[in-house]
Amino acid sequence: MSITHPHAPTTSPAPDPLVWTENLSVRLGGRLVLSGVTMAVNPGEVVTLIGPNGAGKTTLARAVLGLVRPSDGRVTRRPGLRVGYMPQKLTVDATLPLTVRRFLTLWRPTTPERITTALEEAGVTRLADAAVQTLSGGEMQRVLLARALLSDPDLLVLDEPDQAVDVHGQAELFARIEHVRRHRRCGILLVSHDLHTVMARTDRVICLNGHVCCHGRPEDVSRHPEYHALFGRHAAELAVYLHHHDHAHDPERGVVSGQDGGCCHG
Amino acid sequence: MDDFLIRALAAGCGIAVLAGPLGSFVVWRRMAYFGDTLSHSALLGVTLGFLLGVNPMIGVMVVCVALALALVGLQRRRTLAADTVLGILSHGSLSLGLVALAFLETLRVDLMAYLFGDILSVTANDLVWIYSGGTVALTGLALLWRRLLAVTVDEDLARVEGMPVDALRLAFMLLIALVIAIAMKIVGILLITSLLIIPAAAARRFTRTPESMAALASVFGVVAVVAGLLASLTWDLPGGPSVVVAAASLFLVGSLIPMRG
Repeated sequence: MSITHPHAPTTSPAPDPLVWTENLSVRLGGRLVLSGVTMAVNPGEVVTLIGPNGAGKTTLARAVLGLVRPSDGRVTRRPGLRVGYMPQKLTVDATLPLTVRRFLTLWRPTTPERITTALEEAGVTRLADAAVQTLSGGEMQRVLLARALLSDPDLLVLDEPDQAVDVHGQAELFARIEHVRRHRRCGILLVSHDLHTVMARTDRVICLNGHVCCHGRPEDVSRHPEYHALFGRHAAELAVYLHHHDHAHDPERGVVSGQDGGCCHG
Repeated sequence: MDDFLIRALAAGCGIAVLAGPLGSFVVWRRMAYFGDTLSHSALLGVTLGFLLGVNPMIGVMVVCVALALALVGLQRRRTLAADTVLGILSHGSLSLGLVALAFLETLRVDLMAYLFGDILSVTANDLVWIYSGGTVALTGLALLWRRLLAVTVDEDLARVEGMPVDALRLAFMLLIALVIAIAMKIVGILLITSLLIIPAAAARRFTRTPESMAALASVFGVVAVVAGLLASLTWDLPGGPSVVVAAASLFLVGSLIPMRG
């Protein structure tokens, strides 16, 4: 296992990262949601944030986007960084008549050609004239992907893109994201609760539970002998906890966590 | 046609054209009750105008903007539900306006005219206010159109795209305050919101783009004003409420028309 200990992180932002956080803490409504998070996303790299519900994954993504203010530490974006954001979900009020094409024009001055390209890239050309309220979950996610691509992003932030999308839609969506990554060479920060889905497409995994529990390459996790025992049936988010020794692995129930939410070394 | 009738029609149609696009935003942003709250505070603005010896419309603008800012501040604290805060400010400011007006013993104002409008007494001076204010509001709305739509669809996305979301929201509130100030004379402070939301709601079913909904809302508004005024003259009915009844009838008829799909 070459999963690095969180308190000895590879902080050297070596290859000119797109965005990085240093000792980032975020307090929301008096609750400390994130503490001491140091991480970076490099060009062309896919970094996946993983962790249980309430671990602060979305909060970290929102801090990277500049949508929440750090209570301590800092977030630094490369000057002039273009960010494409794909939120978890988006509901447009039924009273607002809006086609997909029109929806895509709202965010920045753009041209019909660019919109057509983005629609093609996200695989939703046939939905161009549909009302946004009529889209399924998976269709809406791909329209949101097209929207994020319109800014010609250096960094894509995808917040649980597979939520509210059925299995077929997930495969299609991730194929699209993979395609975008290969063609555009942009960095991707991906929030997921399911490592299994995103595993093959991830360069680095950051396991979060209020703080960085550990981070490493997904292969390191998958080589572990207990990987198969766990991954066949259970929530993949537990996979990166494998290096812990403070909880047992029950073949019937997956991981039986120890105290402290089953996270490593406080 | 009599002069007063021409002025009434000109004033009503001007307001209706303005209320179409702005009312569409009120509907899209689910701010009907917010509009109501602002307009209820207008009476306080009228009193303020009399006290300071300025045009009541200016007093209304000032009070509406102050209230809008107070609302933003109160909603940020999130200790009470938004509708509770709106309810407190709405009725609190309306009552404060009524009480303050009663204190001005020397002043004889036609309270009913402020509450329900007095469209047949529109003066040439009022028309100047309505058309200059309306032009400012429509120009502002046109300039901010795309960004206001973006903020209406999703504030986070707008923020990530670098839009000044808080400033845009404030600008929208200012536009609403401006409309309330100049529409008060036509339908009165109790009915202004209806002129904003009813034509827009009626237009929704027949349109497929935000712009066409806004335009059709203006057309419906003009129809309601003309029909309401004619009814008011013919049967000697109160003007403002007649216009609102006409708008509501349009909405009702529109929602009965079967649509394809």
